[in-house]
Amino acid sequence: MMTTLAYVVAYLGLVFFLIACVARFMMWSKMPMHVRWELYPVAHEGGGKAAYGGSYLEETDWWTKKREVSLVGELKVMVPEILFLVALREHNKKLWTRSFPFHFGLYLVGGVTALMLVGGLIVGYLPESIAAPVGKIISSVVPFLGGAGLVLGIIGAVGLFLRRRGRALRDYTAPADLFNLIFFIAAFGVALVTFIGFDRDFSMVETFIVNLVTFNLAPIGDGTGGMLLTLSAVLLALLVAYIPTTHMSHFIGKYFAYHSIRWSDEPNLAGGSQEKTIHELLSRPVTWSAPHIKADGKKSWLDVTLEDDDNETT
Amino acid sequence: MKQPDSVKDMGRRPGEPLAQINQFEQIPLPPPFDKLEDEPEFAQLSDSAREKYVVLDDTIAVNIEKPTTKEEEEKLVNGFLSGLEKLFSVEDNWTFLQPFEMSMEHCAKCHTCSDACPIYEESGENELYRPVYRSEILRRIYFKYIKKASPSLHGDIDLNWETVARLIELSYRCNLCRRCAQTCPIGADNGLLSREIRKIASMEMGIVPKELHDDGSVLQLKVGSSTGMTPMIVKDNIEFIDEDTAERTGYPIETPFDVQGADILLIHNAGEIMAWPENPGAFATLFEAAGLSWTLSSDVIGYDGINYGVWYDDVQFARVAVRHAQVAKKLGVKKIVLGECGHAHKALTVIADKVLTGDLNIPRESAIVTMRDILRSGAIKIDKSRNDFPVTLHDPCNMVRLMGIVSPQREIIHEVVPEGRFREMAPHGVENYCCGGGSGFAIMSGHNFQDWRHRMTGRRKFRQILDAFQDESMDPSHMKYLCAPCSNCKGQIRDIITYYDAFEKAGIYYGGLVELIVNAMEDVQPGFIDWEWH
Ligand code: SF4
Ligand code: SF4
Repeated sequence: MMTTLAYVVAYLGLVFFLIACVARFMMWSKMPMHVRWELYPVAHEGGGKAAYGGSYLEETDWWTKKREVSLVGELKVMVPEILFLVALREHNKKLWTRSFPFHFGLYLVGGVTALMLVGGLIVGYLPESIAAPVGKIISSVVPFLGGAGLVLGIIGAVGLFLRRRGRALRDYTAPADLFNLIFFIAAFGVALVTFIGFDRDFSMVETFIVNLVTFNLAPIGDGTGGMLLTLSAVLLALLVAYIPTTHMSHFIGKYFAYHSIRWSDEPNLAGGSQEKTIHELLSRPVTWSAPHIKADGKKSWLDVTLEDDDNETT
Repeated sequence: MKQPDSVKDMGRRPGEPLAQINQFEQIPLPPPFDKLEDEPEFAQLSDSAREKYVVLDDTIAVNIEKPTTKEEEEKLVNGFLSGLEKLFSVEDNWTFLQPFEMSMEHCAKCHTCSDACPIYEESGENELYRPVYRSEILRRIYFKYIKKASPSLHGDIDLNWETVARLIELSYRCNLCRRCAQTCPIGADNGLLSREIRKIASMEMGIVPKELHDDGSVLQLKVGSSTGMTPMIVKDNIEFIDEDTAERTGYPIETPFDVQGADILLIHNAGEIMAWPENPGAFATLFEAAGLSWTLSSDVIGYDGINYGVWYDDVQFARVAVRHAQVAKKLGVKKIVLGECGHAHKALTVIADKVLTGDLNIPRESAIVTMRDILRSGAIKIDKSRNDFPVTLHDPCNMVRLMGIVSPQREIIHEVVPEGRFREMAPHGVENYCCGGGSGFAIMSGHNFQDWRHRMTGRRKFRQILDAFQDESMDPSHMKYLCAPCSNCKGQIRDIITYYDAFEKAGIYYGGLVELIVNAMEDVQPGFIDWEWH
């Protein structure tokens, strides 16, 4: 009964996580075009310009020239940023010593879970001749990576928690911020106790995940071990569902912060595809109330922009 | 040093300043200005001003009168909430909706950005000037009073007229330099949030510093320039500048006006024509010598590239940008070239990029790039030895961090200044520090605001300038050139050099970039840079 609950919560947690992430991604991607607000260096600037923060605006008659946009340049910044939080290391070393283990721990736990899910699919649906060796390899790396992930995640979360309670950040910390970290510490803590005390080779977890992907809701483990496994599965599933509903969904937002804002330098060339969108946006009504705007809720941006020169003072 | 204990103080301690700086506790400047006791006295705000206007700290920028009735108090609060809501609407704020929401939603309150802010640093890390302090107040107001979320989720704040009025004042304690945003690990932008608060005040509540609106964008739209110059006066002034420049250079020039079908419409910041006539004079000399097809415009607004809307109001911004483009369209030029003015560069090239369409979408280019190409072309002959003095370069934020124009100005300096004479400031390029006059401060001087900006916003730049010349004699007879290719930056730098008497005491002189080029042109008489304090 208890394990069945764990399966159900795990399914719901994962589904909710996916839906919430997609919704969040859609929310950011559906936002209207905004005015350019890039911030240099822009990583995809080609011709060696990204290295010192230069742009295509350094060229005479830049609109007649082909822009050099380097995807490799973006990857060179993005990959180390995602994996090692380079910006934080550069600008806030103290915080990085807490935030990096926390994030890297998350990546490891997430990565190991994904690995076990793939392993579960292979074991569940492919012939024994393939499933056995693959399962063996996965089983040999999972305990090590999973254990390391849990330990790093807890160390990082405790460090972040203490820092948030410290003088500098206390005033900027809402109870929810502390709750988020406690949630992480609790979920990872129970998982770590389960791992150390009852599931050193991650076999129970692996079985749980194989069952999950094969829709076999069979009970796993018994006694305290089984109970702890159930509890960790429930806590982790709830955590996974909770993350995208909070500001911790910044892993999605950050993609847009870079690609749609900081690095968004695509010019609106005369006669190009952007002009139509801009025109549509300029046709939207304005309701700002200050007298000098001269909006009435019906006039568009274009109308108020072209208002004649009897501009009012405030 | 007095500072707030908490974000919540914004709506508490009625009538009290939340922060005050003790000038004798500030970090000393480099020599020869390293004695705090020798620094000019920090002018205090008058009692009558404290009585009349909302009090935030040592100064006043916006002049928000204290409400005298309950209705007036409510008007402030309700106006602010209504404006804040509009910032989240596609209709009213498509211009900045995504960057705004990103910064509202994703700040981790980690304080990484604090050390990047020159104001926070030079204030002795006063909490009021922490970049995220004002953002956090805005965020809490939004979540608690508009989203009606529990304060345990996003933090608590009292909302009263003083919270609102102080927050608007506080949005004018930021240069909008976006140095903080550059260091944010998440991509949040406190500079942008300052600007969005300014927008609520201006676009919804009609509250804005007089210098930016009444005497700024409104005057520009009405008569053609925030300097008050009408087309006729501009033409007269330029004629005088041509004569004066020709006298100095021995190179006759006649600035072309309203040349139909010219390749280039050059738009200066009209402040140059009034305060630094050598700059338009040098441009005319260089462009004529290089044989360019160019013109100035004498149409209303066509001769003043400023656009103060970039600092406080999207509609005022769009009005000015469109008129600039209309002037260019009327002349049928191939491109607009922007003179040495950072915010005019960013306004018309980058921000207006998503406003100008169709036949108003006329290409824009930086004069720095144009000048770099003149030098590359070999059209003029250069004698570097004429610039044989120490030179350092101030990078205007708008050109470097916000536009990525970093290398052309250095290439120019390399071409016109002898080896070993140029030194970079630390840091420079895209990591530069604002001059301290950014976001309109250079033209704001009500009450003791000018003193405040010298103490707080301009101090880091002045420190950098002094540091850059530390290997040189600081004897006033040993002249040193600070190159600042931006009219607003020059205004701020002029003011701070004057404040510390750094020309008389340390031989620090300032000017633009084109002046350095013309000073080294073989075809003109030596001595274009006259080393006289104007
Ligand atoms: S703006 Fe960025 S750097 Fe500053 S506190 Fe927020 S998350 Fe941290
Ligand atoms: S934009 Fe510049 S002045 Fe404003 S808070 Fe950020 S660093 Fe400080």
